[in-house]
Amino acid sequence: MNVPTDYLVILSAILFAIGVLGVLTRRNAIVMFMSVELMLNAANLALIAFARERGEIVGHIFVFFIIGVAAAEVAVGLALIVAIFKTKRSIDIDQVRGLRG
Amino acid sequence: MTTDMWIFLGLALVAVWAAVCMLISRSAVYSALFLVLNFLTIAVVFLLLQAAFIALVQVTVYAGAIMVLFLFVIMLLGAERVETTPSLPWQAPVAVAITTVLFGLMVLALLTGQAGAAPGVEVAAGFGSPQAVGELLFSDFLLPFEVTSILLLAAMIGAIVLTRRERSREAS
Repeated sequence: MNVPTDYLVILSAILFAIGVLGVLTRRNAIVMFMSVELMLNAANLALIAFARERGEIVGHIFVFFIIGVAAAEVAVGLALIVAIFKTKRSIDIDQVRGLRG
Repeated sequence: MTTDMWIFLGLALVAVWAAVCMLISRSAVYSALFLVLNFLTIAVVFLLLQAAFIALVQVTVYAGAIMVLFLFVIMLLGAERVETTPSLPWQAPVAVAITTVLFGLMVLALLTGQAGAAPGVEVAAGFGSPQAVGELLFSDFLLPFEVTSILLLAAMIGAIVLTRRERSREAS
């Protein structure tokens, strides 16, 4: 492995920025949610890169827990999107204006 | 330029391309498939970084289970194309500006920080193998591991309650 850690962190930053852009610009709730997953994955990449640089396997454990939490988050988030779709008949985020369902 | 470097550059190009395509594609199904491609390339980068176990978890949990869930919900809702014109015309330029500033700050933090330009220390052959990760996971990190299982159970119950509520109200 001869790739400098800087390059990996730059790739992670690029992917994170693309994810932020997706959350800020897209109106489709599911695509926004996928952008959040992209940001989580970018953070995982940075953690693995630093774990490799330091020779510490604890970083791998941390990424493992992040993936577990992401799975839980996706299950609840998609259930929320389905619930919103049932009441609003749309997952366009601009249609979700009122607090009452 | 070593072989690892060329492989990394190719993977990085594919990952960024897939992420951009996910962002700009009009159909949510295409977005999900590009995200799967992105996750798979990142999994290969994990393999390059000697994180074999995490790479496998990435492929099975992220690219497998989570994205299948996404595709399933997209198909269930029939929500491939719900894109409408943005109601705020200034939103996209402001979003691009904010993201550029954020990216600049991240690069600045990297340049002024302590992340080394070298690939770091040499590690043993078993670094990142399922055995090494598992030993640490079931000794020092046993409590967080069990808490994660409770979290997953809570998420499962939450998902069931959230999606069943409307149907039971209609039935009653």
